[in-house]
Amino acid sequence: MSERHYRAFSFRRINAMTVNTLTELTRLKVFYVLLIFALVLIGSSMFMAQFTFQQEFQILKDVSLGAMSIFTSLLAIVATARLIPQDIEDRTVYTILAKPVPRFEYLLGKIAGVLLLLAISTLVMGAAFLLVLYAREQTVLHATLRHMSGAPREQIDDALRVIRSSALNADIFPGIIIIYLKACLLAALTLFVSTFATTNIFTIVVMAFVYFIGHLQATAREYWLQEHGANWITRVFLAVVALLFPDLQAFNLVDDIVAGTAISLALFFKTAVLGIFYTTIYTLLAAFVFYGKEL
Amino acid sequence: MIRVALVVAALLAVGAIKLPVERDLAARHRQEHFRGVEFNLDLREKLGQLGFIAALSGFRAIVADGLFIQAHVAWERTEWGRVLLLFRHVTTLQPRAILFWDMAAWHMAWNASVAAMNDRTQPRLALRVKAQREYFGLGKDFLERGIKNNPDRPDLYEALARLYKEKYKDHDHASEFFAKAAALPGARTYDRRFSAYELSYCEGRELEAYQRLRQLYDEGEKERQPTLITRLKFLQTKLNIPPDQRIPDSNR
Repeated sequence: MSERHYRAFSFRRINAMTVNTLTELTRLKVFYVLLIFALVLIGSSMFMAQFTFQQEFQILKDVSLGAMSIFTSLLAIVATARLIPQDIEDRTVYTILAKPVPRFEYLLGKIAGVLLLLAISTLVMGAAFLLVLYAREQTVLHATLRHMSGAPREQIDDALRVIRSSALNADIFPGIIIIYLKACLLAALTLFVSTFATTNIFTIVVMAFVYFIGHLQATAREYWLQEHGANWITRVFLAVVALLFPDLQAFNLVDDIVAGTAISLALFFKTAVLGIFYTTIYTLLAAFVFYGKEL
Repeated sequence: MIRVALVVAALLAVGAIKLPVERDLAARHRQEHFRGVEFNLDLREKLGQLGFIAALSGFRAIVADGLFIQAHVAWERTEWGRVLLLFRHVTTLQPRAILFWDMAAWHMAWNASVAAMNDRTQPRLALRVKAQREYFGLGKDFLERGIKNNPDRPDLYEALARLYKEKYKDHDHASEFFAKAAALPGARTYDRRFSAYELSYCEGRELEAYQRLRQLYDEGEKERQPTLITRLKFLQTKLNIPPDQRIPDSNR
């Protein structure tokens, strides 16, 4: 009979927790969000039929990526906020932690489940968006070819090039990845807040404030580091905001990407690393607080 | 309690590490034309509280689209003052969206200017012409500010060239801006040709125009468009080009 050794860190245990968390969240019908996203997409694309194709594509991309950003952020906060309080309420956490499962693994499994859920949601929303955009692009291309059938080849090529460049550009893909990383950051931060919060309502409210302050953080930071005329109370407040909150504006790149700004590899890489850094730090801090939590 | 103090200390330490990284990233964003919008009290007054908060929370593009749709409705109602105001907000929120600058300029220089000229409530022609010129100016202003925000893209240079050509009949400037558009990546193939056409209408620059048109002609069949041949023949006659250097008569 082979003897199984206990491992201090096990991917199998984390994997089991991840799958369990994902299944649990799926049963809560969180994927209905995707249905709303599809309705927003189809509704806006029908509404925009009255505009020119450039206007239509611009608004379609803005609305779709904006909706993707808000849905993933909301999903990250709401799904994560309930994880620990729900497990405590259902007493599942006691069953799990009574087994030789370290608390860090428990949290890692939980956050990995949420990140997986966010990845699936982002993928599905991204695919739906690209599908609608591609279908609209093809419709416009065919209509243009029909209207310009007698025009010189050069003019047709120019017109088709303009349509294609207005529709899909490759920079949208890194933009979508940045949206996902922002959601991951928010999920990790929510997990951290939920380790010392007593209810999920409290966590959600705190996260709503953090979301807004995070978008203002860059303004506070610049004011703190540059302005010398402010009194010390203002400066201390700005310093606290700048040091404690993440700069969420750094992850809002899609607005400019849709407008045609190209994202360089270096910029994408730096933004992605910042997102991963925040996610890791907040998960570690959550684990640290969770270790000291009385259960 | 110690744990809480440790967490706060850790957050502050992380803050001190990330601060220069975030500053550097913000600077890089601005350098690469991201974060081009200044969130200040002026913008707050323009957008209203809700719009400002939405724009600040990462929904700048959606707020801009909402205002653009309002501008579209105002255009359908020919409320030109409102169209101008809304497009100023839209372009402030989305300075990198070429479409908005272009549309704003088009509404002002083409639609509003024509409406001003046909305004039946204004019996004096001089005042109608004055109003029309003012709308041309507003259109030009949108395009110039658009170019300032997007110096790397050819579309607005081309739109400004058209404005000079069609509204101001200023072929010199039209040629200059078509040439600037042609020099940028992604320019339309006809921009270079259009620049030469416009130059051919400029008094005193006929020789330069002839040389450019001839260079285009020599590039091959693709460039030998009817207008190019017509302008080239006109300049050949005007400049007394020797017969052996002229393009064949078979070109029509």
